[in-house]
Amino acid sequence: MRPLTARRLALICAALGALLFVAVVISLRMGAYPISIPEIVMTLVNRFIGRRNEIPPDFWNVVYEIRLPRIALGILVGASLSTAGAGFQALLRNPLADPYVLGVSSGAALGAIISLAIAPQTAGMIQFAAFAGAGGTIAAVYFLGRRGGHVDTATLLLAGIVAVSFLSAVIMFLMTTLPGHEFRGMAFWLMGDLASPPPISSHWLYLLLVIGVGSIYTTSADLNLILTGEQEARHLGVNVNRVKIVVYVAASLLTGLAVSVSGAIGYVGLLVPHLMRMMFGSDYRLLIPTSALGGAILIVLADLLARTVVAPTELPVGAMTALVGAPVFIYLMRRRVR
Amino acid sequence: MSSAGSGAAPRLTATPGTAIVHLKVEQASYAHLATDRSAPTFTLGPVSFEAHGQELVAILGPNASGKSTLLTLLAGLNKPLSGRIEVDGNEVSQLELRVRAQRIALVQQESELLFPLRVWEYVLQGRYPYQRRLRFESDEDCLFAGNALAQVGADLLRDRWMDQLSGGEKQRVILARALAQQPSLLLLDEPTQHLDIGGKVELLRRLRRLADAHRYAVMVVTHELDLASEFCDRIVLLHKGRCLRVGTPAEVYERALLEEVFEAPLEVEMRPNGRPRVILQGS
Repeated sequence: MRPLTARRLALICAALGALLFVAVVISLRMGAYPISIPEIVMTLVNRFIGRRNEIPPDFWNVVYEIRLPRIALGILVGASLSTAGAGFQALLRNPLADPYVLGVSSGAALGAIISLAIAPQTAGMIQFAAFAGAGGTIAAVYFLGRRGGHVDTATLLLAGIVAVSFLSAVIMFLMTTLPGHEFRGMAFWLMGDLASPPPISSHWLYLLLVIGVGSIYTTSADLNLILTGEQEARHLGVNVNRVKIVVYVAASLLTGLAVSVSGAIGYVGLLVPHLMRMMFGSDYRLLIPTSALGGAILIVLADLLARTVVAPTELPVGAMTALVGAPVFIYLMRRRVR
Repeated sequence: MSSAGSGAAPRLTATPGTAIVHLKVEQASYAHLATDRSAPTFTLGPVSFEAHGQELVAILGPNASGKSTLLTLLAGLNKPLSGRIEVDGNEVSQLELRVRAQRIALVQQESELLFPLRVWEYVLQGRYPYQRRLRFESDEDCLFAGNALAQVGADLLRDRWMDQLSGGEKQRVILARALAQQPSLLLLDEPTQHLDIGGKVELLRRLRRLADAHRYAVMVVTHELDLASEFCDRIVLLHKGRCLRVGTPAEVYERALLEEVFEAPLEVEMRPNGRPRVILQGS
């Protein structure tokens, strides 16, 4: 028997961390302004050791003003959405759960838009509103998806589809009737985009990411048991209600966090946890950190493609993830139905 | 009578495995609240009986007699509406969740696994009540899980996937997870349901051996009259939410009583070993 050890967890996370670093460097390298990898490394190292004045201004601009903020945002969004997806899958006991498919992202987007219309200047208001929108939507979808006391996979997904189309309609309605605000545009909210990193200092957004992922991680041993049956978990000593509340709040928080800065990017929360399960098994103690790292890698690479394949124009990153995610969703659904 | 302290949740003092467990059910009753307006509320009338380590007790009755309801009370998943259920003097529903899981294991009808899981991963889950938060499995946990698999004769299954097991194999693995909890009270909900006759006899023999050798008190919910008579020390007979009789198979298996409960013409025959045999009558 080979159960999960701290060593195995650390090794896998270190490997994924290294992969993420490679993805970041490649992503820094690609773009309209030519910059070589040694130049990127020199720019990164010089700042790290405090020799900022030795960095040519052009390099500084390209790396620290243009490309890195966008990459950092991709990491934030990818890690949030993947962890939220893994959390929702356990919470709803549904392998097809994903913040976008369930309409949670649309709910968060609606919350964000409403907060922009009402209180555009209040710091953190948009994140809080997106969180509230996400939490409200998942609660509504959950109760719509329940039939006869338990949650049925097909009914839940239908409830999600209804939520997505309804909320998208409301979003379109608001965007056309509330002019004059800085709303970024419909495509941003409905498809997701990393083109404009948030103007405010965003350190506390990363703090929220750590809190969200961390709280779900603390419940990971409980989630393993809940996945084999709620009743069984209960008599193995799991406080199921407490775990559910923690995951519900944290996953909504992570979704709201991602959507407030990037709009509704789809399928990340579905793709990444499944990919990680295929590679490392379904132990949530491993799945949560690997999903966070894997999601970051996926979004960084997806955004790299989105801004280079049809350069100088850009695709929204959500289009890239949907191009890959939708077929995978169909595949997973067919495999389950079989 | 009560030894449960007030205030903090009572802790068990006895060490598992050394003391003989004592289960005491005193006038316990329960009512299911109707979830649907049209559905009638099911009530379980007061039930009283006792069980000790090394005993195999059957909760016997036809469908909808309240067997599973009684089992959820014994497992502490539901709190009795009135009366008391005590394990070694501690009220079951008052026990802290993990402490309860260290003393009482419940084997339920199999549930669908969401993601593929290896047999040994599944059995290791039984060690959850002993693990600290965010800790990984210790060598001890692996040892107990391995022992549990050996006790049910499933060593060779350990690397198989759960969803590729036959009904009987799965049953054994689920039982192994319960044994990995090192309980003193083992509860099984209709464990024979998906087994053929050979599997049923094998399972009951195994439970008998586990009760004898490891001092478990084993309670089995079943509607199989012959199996219960052959293997169990005591029978708790339920009918429509009422406990009609508690006693040895010979005391409980009375023709008129069983015919009323199971609504079928039966004959009861006493065998030389003191265990009654039930014969179905077709016409």
